[in-house]
Amino acid sequence: MGVLKDLFKDYRFAVGFILICFLSFLAVASFFSPYDPIEWLQVPRDKAPSWSIILGTNSKGQDVFWEATFAIRNSLIIALIAGLISRVIAVLVGFIAGYKGSIYDRVLMGITDGLLVIPLFLILVLVAMLLREALTLVSTGLLLAFFGWAWDARTIRSQVLSLREREFTLTSVLSGNGTLSLVSKEYLPLTIPLIFSTLINNIAWAIGMEIVLAILGLVSLDIPTLGTTLQWAINYQAMLLGHWWWILTPVILTILLLVALYWFSISVSEYLDPRMRIQRIGAK
Amino acid sequence: MNGLIEVEQLQTFYVLEYLGKKKTIKAVNDVTLSIPENVIYGIAGESGCGKTTLLKALFASIEPPLQLFGGKVSYLIKNNFIDALSLNGKEKRELRWSYISYIPQGSMSVFNPVKKLKVTYLDFLESHVRGKAGRELLSLARQHLEQLGLSPQVLDAFPHQLSGGMRQRIAIALSALLKPQVILADEPTTALDVVAQRAVLQLMRDIQQEIKNTIVLVTHDMGIHANITTCMAIMYAGKIVEVGPTQEIFSNPLHPYTKFLIHSLPRIGDKMPKKSVPGAPPSLLNPPSGCPFHPRCPEISDFCQDKVPDLNNSTQNHKVACWLRRESCDCNS
Amino acid sequence: MRFFRDYLVPRIIQYIVVIFCGITAVFFIPRLTGQNPVLEMIAQIQSQGSTLDPTAVESLMETLKELYGLKGTLFQQYITTWKRVFALDFGPSFFQFPTPVSELLKTYLPWTIGLFATSTLISWILGNILGGIAGYFSRKNWSKIIDALIMIIRPIPHYIFGIIVLILFAYVWQLFPVGGMMLGRRTVLNWRFIMTILRYSFLPAMTLVILGGAVWFQQMKLLVQNVKREDYVQYAQTGGVKERFIIYRYVLRNAMLPQITQLALALGQVFSGVLIVEMVFSYPGIGLLLYRGVTRGDYNLVMGITVLSILTITTAVLILDLFYPLFDPRIRHK
Repeated sequence: MGVLKDLFKDYRFAVGFILICFLSFLAVASFFSPYDPIEWLQVPRDKAPSWSIILGTNSKGQDVFWEATFAIRNSLIIALIAGLISRVIAVLVGFIAGYKGSIYDRVLMGITDGLLVIPLFLILVLVAMLLREALTLVSTGLLLAFFGWAWDARTIRSQVLSLREREFTLTSVLSGNGTLSLVSKEYLPLTIPLIFSTLINNIAWAIGMEIVLAILGLVSLDIPTLGTTLQWAINYQAMLLGHWWWILTPVILTILLLVALYWFSISVSEYLDPRMRIQRIGAK
Repeated sequence: MNGLIEVEQLQTFYVLEYLGKKKTIKAVNDVTLSIPENVIYGIAGESGCGKTTLLKALFASIEPPLQLFGGKVSYLIKNNFIDALSLNGKEKRELRWSYISYIPQGSMSVFNPVKKLKVTYLDFLESHVRGKAGRELLSLARQHLEQLGLSPQVLDAFPHQLSGGMRQRIAIALSALLKPQVILADEPTTALDVVAQRAVLQLMRDIQQEIKNTIVLVTHDMGIHANITTCMAIMYAGKIVEVGPTQEIFSNPLHPYTKFLIHSLPRIGDKMPKKSVPGAPPSLLNPPSGCPFHPRCPEISDFCQDKVPDLNNSTQNHKVACWLRRESCDCNS
Repeated sequence: MRFFRDYLVPRIIQYIVVIFCGITAVFFIPRLTGQNPVLEMIAQIQSQGSTLDPTAVESLMETLKELYGLKGTLFQQYITTWKRVFALDFGPSFFQFPTPVSELLKTYLPWTIGLFATSTLISWILGNILGGIAGYFSRKNWSKIIDALIMIIRPIPHYIFGIIVLILFAYVWQLFPVGGMMLGRRTVLNWRFIMTILRYSFLPAMTLVILGGAVWFQQMKLLVQNVKREDYVQYAQTGGVKERFIIYRYVLRNAMLPQITQLALALGQVFSGVLIVEMVFSYPGIGLLLYRGVTRGDYNLVMGITVLSILTITTAVLILDLFYPLFDPRIRHK
C-alpha cells in the first residue's frame, strides 16, 4: 500500500489510474445495457444529447452511450488478447535469443529485424484482406498478436543479455541449477516490470491498429468497437450532417483510453526503473 | 591568513529528496585549511571520505544537490581576499581557467567525442581570451604542448584515437594552458598503468616548476603523495584529521588513521604482514558522534566518542585532530 | 577500406536479405490462406448475372492465372513473381481494370514520397531541437509545461489525431479544404499549382509533424538529460565554455547520434503513419490508394503497394545507414 501511495504522488499515475478505472467501469456497464448492441432502430434516430440520452442517438437508431460501452469493452478485449499472446511470443523469442545466443540469437533477431524494417502495417492489412470473412473479436486479437511482438522481443532480449552477464548467473550455473529454473526463478521476476510496460504499450498499439483495420472495412461491422463505431459514423457522414456526438464519442473515448494507458505505463515503469529513481533524487 | 586559498569551517552537504523524504550526506563537515603558494598540496583519504566534494568546493562549484551549510572559501587574488562562494556565474567563469582550473576524475572521457581535440581546446581558450583569432590561439596551444613535451599534432586527433594515458596528459596540459595560480587535480592517475602514471606525475611536476603555482592533488594512493607532494592533509569522514609537510607525516604520523595509511604501504625489505584499517568507512549520512574515527580506532579513549577534536598544533606546521595527541588534555570538558 | 568491410558490406547484405525475405513472405502469405483469386473472380463475374460458356470460362481462367502469376508449379510462380518485381509489374488493378497497378503507383507514389520526406525531416529536426533544449533546461517551467502537452499528444494514434485536425481545421474553422485533391491535372510549375499543393498537404503534413515530433521530442529530452551528465559536458561547464557552445556542440551533437539510428529503425512505422494520415485527408498518395484497394478487394493493387513499400523503406534505411558515419567520427576510424 505504501507503494500505491508513492505512485499516486506522480500526477501521471493518478490521472491514468483514475481514467482507466472509469473506462473499465464503462466497459463493465455494457453488461447492463438495456439495448442490444447490434440491432438497429431501437431508439429514434439522430437525436442530439439530452438529459435522458446522455450521448444522443446515431443514424442507425442506437443509443450512442450504450454503444460506446460495448465499443470500449470489445476494443479492450481485442487489445488484451493481442497484448497477452504477443507477450508470450515476445518473451519466448527474447529469452531464447538473449540467453542461448549464437545461432539462435542470430536467426531469431534476423527474423525480428526483418519484421521491424518491413512496414508491418501493410502485411497486416494484406493478411486481414485475405481472411475472407471480416475479422471477429478473437481473430482480430490473434492477428494483431501475430504481428505485435517484434519490437518488444528485441527489448526483452537486451535485458536478458545484460542479466546473463551478471554475477548471479555464473553462480547459479556453477551451482548446477538448470537453465529453466534459472530463467523462470531468477530472470523472469526481474524482467516483469519490462514485460509489463511493453504489455501496456502493445495494448495501446492494438487499439490504434484495430481502428485502422475497421476503417479499412476489415473488421466485422456487426461488432461495436471503437473502430467500427467510428467507421459507421464516417460512413453516415456524421461530420457533414452535424451529428458531432456520434463521431466524437469514439474519438474522445479512444484518446482518453490511450492517454490513460500511456501515463499509467510511464509512471509505473519510471517508478520501477532504478536509474530514473536516482535521476529524480538529485534533481532538486 | 597567509595561504593562497583559505577554507574556514566549510560545511557542504548533499541534500537528496525522494518522494518527500530528505537525506543529508555530510560530505565536507567543518573543514578548515590553508593552502599555500608554490607547492604541490596533497589531500589523502579513502574513497567516499569527501575529497572530491572538497575539491568542488575549492573550485566554487557548489551545485544542487550539493548545498552550502556554512563556512567560507577565500581566494587570494592580487593581495585581496575574495569570497569564492558568493561570486556570481559570470565572475566565476572569468576566474575559471585563468586563476583556478580543474582536472576531474576520469579525465579519459572528458573530451567531446565527436569533435577533434583542437576544437575543445579552442572552446576553452575562446571563452577566456578575448581579442585573438582562432589560429593564433591554436598556435599558442601547440607551443604550450611542445613545451610540456607533448606532440602538438595530438590536437588534430579525435579523443578515441588516443590512449587513456595520453588523454589524461592532454587534459592536464589543458588545465595549465592559461597558467592559473591553482590547479585542482582529482585522482589523475587512477585507471592508468604504472608507466602512464609516471608520465602523468612527471608532467604535473614539470608544470608546477614552470609556472610556480599550486597544484592540489587528491588521491587515495599514498605512494603518489610520498612521490610528489610537498605538504598534505589527511581526510576522514568529511573532516581533516591531520595536516603537515609530507616528509613529516610519513616519518612521524600522529593520527591513528594516518598511521594505518602509511603502514599499509609496502616497503622494500619489510616482510611483516600488512594490517589494513579494521571495520568499514563510516556512512556520511549518519556520521559517528565525536571523533569520526572512534569506532575503528585501536587507541580509543572515553571522551573520543563525545567531542569532536579540532586541529591542534603538534609542531609548527604539523597539526592533528585527536584527543590523544594533546599536550595538555582537557579530558573532562 | 576497413570501413567498407566492417560497416558498409554487412548493411548491404542485410538490405538484400530483408528484401528477399519480405518479397518471399508476400509471395507465400496469400498462398497460405488458401484463397484462389481466380475462382473468386469468376464467381464474382458469374454472380453478376452474366453466363459464360465453358470455353470462355477456360480462356478467362488462363488469362487470369497469368495475370495473377498463378501459372505453373509453385517454383515457377516464385520465379515469375521475382521477374515481375524487377519489372515492377504487378498486373492490372481490379477496381480500375485494366489500368496496370504500376501506372497507378507511378502516379500516386511521388505524392506520398513528398509528404513522407518533408514531414519526417521537419518533425525529426524540430522535435530533436525542441526536445534537446527542453532537456537541457529541464528544470525550467516552460519545459515542464511542454512536456505535459506532449504527454497528451504522443499516445494518440494517427487516425484519431488526423480526424481531430480535420474536424477542427476543415469543419469547425474551415481554414483548409476537407480533402480530396484531384489528380490528373498536368503538373505545371506555377505559383497557383504550388499553392494548391500547399493547401491540400498542409493539414496532413501538420498532423504528421506534430505526432512524429512528439516522439522525437520525448526521446531527445531524455537523451539530453543523460548526455548533460556526461563527463565531457561537465568538464566543458567547469572550463567555463560558453553555454551556447555547450548546448550545440557538446550536448545536441552527441545526443543526435542515437536519434539517427532510431530514425532508421522507425522509418517503417513512420511510413505506415503517413499512409494512415493520407486516408483521413484523402490525400492523393499511396495511402488513399491502399484504402480504395482494400475496401474494393483489389488484391493486385494491395500486393503492389506492399512490395513497393518494402522496397522504399529498406532503401531509405540503407541510405540513412550510409549517412551515419558522417556524423559519428568514431565509426569512421574503427
